[in-house]
Amino acid sequence: MKSLTDSGSAATVENPIAGIDQTKGDFTYDVAYEFDAGTGLSERTIDYISSVKKEADWIRAFRRQALQVFQSKPMPTHWATRDLENIDFDRIRYYLASGQKPKRTWDEVPEDIKRTFERLGIPEQERKFLAGVEAQFDSEAAYSNIKEIVAKQGVIFVNSTEGLREHPDLFRRWFGKVIPTGDNKFSALNSAVFSGGSFIYVPPGVKVAQPLQAYFRINAENFGQFERTLIIADEGSEVTYMEGCTAPKFSTATLHSAVVELVALKGAKIQYITVQNWANNVFNLVTKRGLAHAEAEIKWIDCNIGSRLTMKYPGVVLKGRKARGEVISIALANDGQHQDTGAKMIHAADETTSNVVSKSISVGQGRATYRGQVHIPKRLRGCRNNTECDALLINTNSRTDTYPAITVRGDRNSIQHEASVSKVSEDMIFYMQQRGLSEGQAMSLAVNGFINDLARQFPMEYSVELKRLIDLEMEGSVG
Amino acid sequence: MTTTTAPLPPGTVGAFTRAAFEAHLASLPPLPEWWLARKRAAFEHFAALPLPVRNDEAWRFSNVSGLTLDGFAPPATARAVPFASIGIRKAARLIFANGRLFSREILDSNLERRGVVVDTIQNALREHGDLVRDHLLAQPARLGSDKFSALHQAFLVDGAFVYAPRGVEVELPIGIFSFALGDQAATFPHTLVVADEGARVTVIDYFGSQDDTERQLAIGANDLYAGHGARITYVGKQDWSHQALALQSNSTVVRRDACVQSLNVHLGARQARHESHSQLQAPGAISEMLSLTVARGDQEFDQRTLQIHQAPHTRSDLLYKNALLQRARTIFSGLIVVDPDAQKTDAYQSNRNLMLSDEAEANSLPGLEIQANDVRCTHGATTSRIDSEQEFYLQARGITKRAADELLTFGFFEEVLNRLSQDDLHTALRTLIQSKFSGEKVIR
Repeated sequence: MKSLTDSGSAATVENPIAGIDQTKGDFTYDVAYEFDAGTGLSERTIDYISSVKKEADWIRAFRRQALQVFQSKPMPTHWATRDLENIDFDRIRYYLASGQKPKRTWDEVPEDIKRTFERLGIPEQERKFLAGVEAQFDSEAAYSNIKEIVAKQGVIFVNSTEGLREHPDLFRRWFGKVIPTGDNKFSALNSAVFSGGSFIYVPPGVKVAQPLQAYFRINAENFGQFERTLIIADEGSEVTYMEGCTAPKFSTATLHSAVVELVALKGAKIQYITVQNWANNVFNLVTKRGLAHAEAEIKWIDCNIGSRLTMKYPGVVLKGRKARGEVISIALANDGQHQDTGAKMIHAADETTSNVVSKSISVGQGRATYRGQVHIPKRLRGCRNNTECDALLINTNSRTDTYPAITVRGDRNSIQHEASVSKVSEDMIFYMQQRGLSEGQAMSLAVNGFINDLARQFPMEYSVELKRLIDLEMEGSVG
Repeated sequence: MTTTTAPLPPGTVGAFTRAAFEAHLASLPPLPEWWLARKRAAFEHFAALPLPVRNDEAWRFSNVSGLTLDGFAPPATARAVPFASIGIRKAARLIFANGRLFSREILDSNLERRGVVVDTIQNALREHGDLVRDHLLAQPARLGSDKFSALHQAFLVDGAFVYAPRGVEVELPIGIFSFALGDQAATFPHTLVVADEGARVTVIDYFGSQDDTERQLAIGANDLYAGHGARITYVGKQDWSHQALALQSNSTVVRRDACVQSLNVHLGARQARHESHSQLQAPGAISEMLSLTVARGDQEFDQRTLQIHQAPHTRSDLLYKNALLQRARTIFSGLIVVDPDAQKTDAYQSNRNLMLSDEAEANSLPGLEIQANDVRCTHGATTSRIDSEQEFYLQARGITKRAADELLTFGFFEEVLNRLSQDDLHTALRTLIQSKFSGEKVIR
């Protein structure tokens, strides 16, 4: 048997798994876009987007102000990777759409766009297990539908354009409140040029049994996708939201910069599941934060497999007594990828609890980074945080980093943080090989075992998909 | 010589102007050319660098507004120093007051016969020039204090030089005392320890002031170099005036099969930053980094550490414990770096904060950067209060709450003190910490 240590050191051997998982989403169709804001970003771009969307004046003013904030903020390279400097904001197309109103049935969706989503299996999944689906194609949703039985309970599931136009009172109250424009450079960029994304409202006491799903598809080259999602779960309600995403592999970089705000009112529960599988030329720079009121619970389940660089730290502001926040994070970084992910837990009320479990796997020359923040300010009591980060390194030249920041004031709270770095034990691989598994199968099994307790928290369909992706990624990662 | 350069902006150099630097050089005996050149370069570097600002990542959570260099002066020569006994037998003792040698006593007559050197850096520059040149401030400042390290090098007057030659084991510790005396005094203490192949040496580095109301600036550094198979035990006890701004930077280099154990006890200063940088350069190298802090009043203790594994089969183990009272703040920012070829690294990093007040604040940034896969790296950070069940248990036996809390805090520290192999050192440190905890001044 070739030893594991030897196998990985052959850095010159091309990593055979790079890009395998992307094949499913790696295709593009020529689409005749009716609306195109052109290349580059200026006030004119914003006016174009605002005019096409026929937006209210306050939204246009909001966008303009955000553009100024974006331009005034420096790139955060004093702590983040310098790879960010490779984003050329002047070469990006900020708005591409074939129309502003999503279709309610797949038959109405233009043929070329429909073909895309059929190939990705979205209509089929909708029939099988979803309460509602929104399918975004570049800047706008091509399709958006919610099952009648869910709609009858008063649940609103529309895209951001419709949400702001048709339910301004409901959404304006929270829009930009959880993540203000100036939160960071990319939230400002999103606030200036946002388009698409979901607006969801769940009325008091309504428990949406099946998940709502959004699928984000980038089709065009040099494109920037800036969806904006706001989910409001009213008192005592429950909702699960899932998002998936793919893009074809272009030779030039693509930017995806979303803002996702969650509001869980008293006793509400929101579970937000992401399976990010962008092509590995996509810069995925996303700001996600939830506001949990008293006794509410917000749980982010975040799985990052694709992209060139992902920077994403889902957070929960624990605003009400006994609120609970949780982040479950799985990241897999392969050759040419940097998964810079983590969590933020801001405790702002007594007896709030938070839990962060992060597992990352670095394959080949991939780099996985955990970056976290836990903040417990003065005069709170009974707050607790638990953070666990485990990193698995597959090859000798794989890389992992951990950068948590924890602030605790006062003597009535407790936090604990633990992180470990390890590799798959040779004994384990040897044991499995003795029982007839190939080295690749054994590695795959070991990696699946490493994330198994987290993967089980995903809905069945997603955890099966995740397992399949990991099998593919691990194939040939050794030997 | 360059003496005519544009005037320096006052905010960035404070009292340490070009004129002050030239006056400092004039006060020194003739220096070797290489050392003079390094001091001049250091001054230019210091003057060119800005003071840290709030969004410097290396100063995250630090109170950067407290880092003022204004109003300090080169201190007067001291005529007397406070009584300083640390309650243990020593092989030699060096006492520095305001950066200059006050007294030197060789207590173990065998030392010099065996080739052990315990002397000042000024003497060593003349007599052991090559060793000093190789190891004095030879490692880069990597933890954010470049400006202060440069200031230290530029204004360094004198310090301690300890050398243990090949195969020599020095049984008793060597005590080095550095005092800052007088209001507005600025001092730059330095301790350089070189242990040659297979040598063993223990150094106790004590820092203190006459009284706790004097506003002082202390920018110190120490270099520990453990050659092949050598073992250095270093204990630093920082007890500066409570009005002092103190920055201390440590560089530890560990060669093949060598071991350095360092324990820093932090008690004094208004704002104290301690940077500790351990390089494990060859297989079998071990670095054990320990720290105990009692933070009270409005004190801020800011500790930054770096454990760099540059070779396979090396081990580092860090345990930093802070007890926080009143309105004190602590910052622990640690980083374990495993270089791409440093397989079989075993690295551990742990920061434990014990909160004894509702107004205290503890910040933890335990970090890892791992570029090799066959490693065992773990870190942990916890912040919590005293276990209420343990407290109750003691109170139920008639012990007052205050006494119970003290006992439990000592218990919290005991895990670190137990790592020391010398019993009398352990006892002396426990006494020192107890005096601090009870707020009494001061048993040394």
